[in-house]
Amino acid sequence: MLRLAAACLVAGLALTAPLSAQTLRYGLMEDPDALDPTLARTFASRMVFAALCDKLVDIGPDLKPVPQLATAWELSPDEKTLTMTLRPGVRFHDGEPVNAAAAKFSIERHLKLPGSQRRGEIAPIDSVEVVDDLTFRITLKQPFAPLMAQFTDRAGMLVSPKAAERLGDKFATGPVCAGPFRFVERVPQDRIVVERFPDYWNKDQIQIQRIEFRPIPDTTVRLTNLRAGQLDLLERLAPTDAPQVARDAKLKLASTYELGFQSVLFNLGRAGSPVADPRVRAAFELSLDRAAISQVVFNGEFLPGNQWVSPKHPDYVKEYPLPKRDVAKAKALLAEAGQPKPQITLMVYANSEAPQVGQVIQAMTKEAGFDVKLQATDFTTALDLADKGQYEAYLYNWSGRPDPDGNTFSFLSCKAPLNYPRYCSEGADAALQAERGSVDPEKRKAAWKALADKVLTDRPGVYLMHRKLLWAYSPKISGFVPYPDGLVRFTGLKLD
Amino acid sequence: MLRFLAHRLALAVPTLVLASMIIFALQQLLPGDVATALTGEERDPEVIAFIRQKYHLDQPLPVRYAYWAAGVLQGDLGVSVRLQKPVAELVLEKLPVTLELACLAMLVALAIGVPMGILSAVKRGTWMDAAANGIALWGLSIPNFWLGILLILLFSVHLGWLPASGYVSPGESLVDNLRAMAMPAFVLGNAIAAVMMRHTRAAMLGVLGSDYVRTARAKGVSPLRLVLRHALPNAAIPIITLGALEFGQLLSGAVLTEQVFSVPGFGKLMVDAVFNRDFATVQGVVICTAATYIALNLAADVLSAVVNPKLRRA
Repeated sequence: MLRLAAACLVAGLALTAPLSAQTLRYGLMEDPDALDPTLARTFASRMVFAALCDKLVDIGPDLKPVPQLATAWELSPDEKTLTMTLRPGVRFHDGEPVNAAAAKFSIERHLKLPGSQRRGEIAPIDSVEVVDDLTFRITLKQPFAPLMAQFTDRAGMLVSPKAAERLGDKFATGPVCAGPFRFVERVPQDRIVVERFPDYWNKDQIQIQRIEFRPIPDTTVRLTNLRAGQLDLLERLAPTDAPQVARDAKLKLASTYELGFQSVLFNLGRAGSPVADPRVRAAFELSLDRAAISQVVFNGEFLPGNQWVSPKHPDYVKEYPLPKRDVAKAKALLAEAGQPKPQITLMVYANSEAPQVGQVIQAMTKEAGFDVKLQATDFTTALDLADKGQYEAYLYNWSGRPDPDGNTFSFLSCKAPLNYPRYCSEGADAALQAERGSVDPEKRKAAWKALADKVLTDRPGVYLMHRKLLWAYSPKISGFVPYPDGLVRFTGLKLD
Repeated sequence: MLRFLAHRLALAVPTLVLASMIIFALQQLLPGDVATALTGEERDPEVIAFIRQKYHLDQPLPVRYAYWAAGVLQGDLGVSVRLQKPVAELVLEKLPVTLELACLAMLVALAIGVPMGILSAVKRGTWMDAAANGIALWGLSIPNFWLGILLILLFSVHLGWLPASGYVSPGESLVDNLRAMAMPAFVLGNAIAAVMMRHTRAAMLGVLGSDYVRTARAKGVSPLRLVLRHALPNAAIPIITLGALEFGQLLSGAVLTEQVFSVPGFGKLMVDAVFNRDFATVQGVVICTAATYIALNLAADVLSAVVNPKLRRA
């Protein structure tokens, strides 16, 4: 009898355990913008999409595409047609099938919806046609090597055509995708709640029942909440808090280097400014000790770098290693330029870290003769001034993309939207066209070298370092794998 | 009394219109617009042009104001471009949170400030007076942000009694709601209590020195009755006025406190809206706050008139 009771108890526990309300509380640095993969633009919204919306392909740890909603893809020899095959039996959260028609709808929505932030990312797509229920063919206007990398992010997210048509421009209020979790509710500035989707194609790997995303902008407050047990996981831990978290037995720490960069951009179009002279820009770079900046401001957690990708990236151009600081040479260059004491105004974001980076740069360049003034502004003001060309130097961060094209093309091509320095070089443009023109690794490698030859000597900007993305989390979480795109994969994640 | 009320209400309308015009014009001084903010780091020029056109940002200032005002007259406060949600909905969502926090903070302030003020006035010059003044000075000088973090460290991290952040609506669970609101209400109330205490003390000292109190004392009125029945009602007017002012300020959002405790109220909404140039939201919140502020001042005047009949004839 006792044995029977015990057996019942064990069976009962086994039945109730997976049903227990397992909620992962995830602290975000900012409140995400619209939860529509076509319109969204913030890093924080990508973190929510990682739960809501599966993509055609995901990135693997080596940054190469791996199957997600698409299981196979083939590029034609002329690199102008891409045929993709979808995973069979996959459903959107509203029960609609994930098929070639839905893929065509989603990609065309990214291309055509007014206000789409994705259009530029996949602009070379000419048309999408349905081949059969699970196969579709993309025709390109010209070869476009970064296409697969674009499909690892929001441009590769599929939405339910039925829901998108029903909700129209209000899709963000009830996004319907094919990810492991479906949307429950959103209270702006407070929380976004998603719950496990029982018909997810990979449901066996999803252990967590609910996720509550909570925006808490202040890093100290976010960490205090983790300590108090109000959060289970937080992103973008302040680098200066990392040693403290590492020592704390009640917390765990994970990190990876970002795909983006921190840099100082120069406004080459500013008449009469010392930064218009390439020798002054070279002297500026020579006066900097990147490792020291990382040490002073970021506790040595950030990786010094001199290119658009980090020295650890497979596409880093090894012919251009990290230059050493050389104040004497910097002084000589300034003398040669006839500007021994150039005055430069450096625009920085008014947050807790950027002004500190600015101060260290100020002190370092001073030794070479520079007189750097800091101008701290909020993010939107800085963008506006940069857009209008009303700045001299700008401490600029880019969150990065899996393909180096996403870190270069829009920044360094003539008249590109993110080309704040107003840099224009035939050589650089040719190199950028070449890297886009073929997926052949050898051809691309040569293109990156050609781009470095131009850009690293012309110096429209100086690349400084690559941030380390830091997560702190409760030991209740297991199976956490940091990805270089900074997004948490909920597959295989457990919460005890 | 009715004429007094009608007069005050009639004044409220032009005040609101003026406030909305000023805030509308002031926002244009900020560099960048919602299109700059919305397109963020990617900045597709076509998207920027589309957003500007969709929200009439390419029109001159008076035209934009007219669009906005026409909407308000039809009960439409516009749409938050960033959150893709009607501003009226956002305001209705945040207003109860901010109102509750403001009420609780005010309760804390009254519960601490008024008794302490009375005590220090009655026991003027004693150690109790000095202690009350010391506490008031502490309350005034301690930054909200810092006190908030200290409280979280003590009550959430070490003792585990209260949640460090978050908001639970009273409808869901009143107990959890009060637990979540306890620390932010205390932090906000603490700073106001100090001001309250100083004002109560000054007002009470003035009244306690007056002739009628001396007469009452000479007639043998008990000290407690003397303070509560004879002195306090006359000293209450400046306290009520101050309370209404402070309450109004609480309603416009206690930004830092809301940040520390992640309370989803007006403050957080407003800060996010300003940084993202989400003008419709800023405008909507300001109008609602201004309206509430005016209503509160009116309520304070009415309350003062109730407490002090002399004011009713004015």
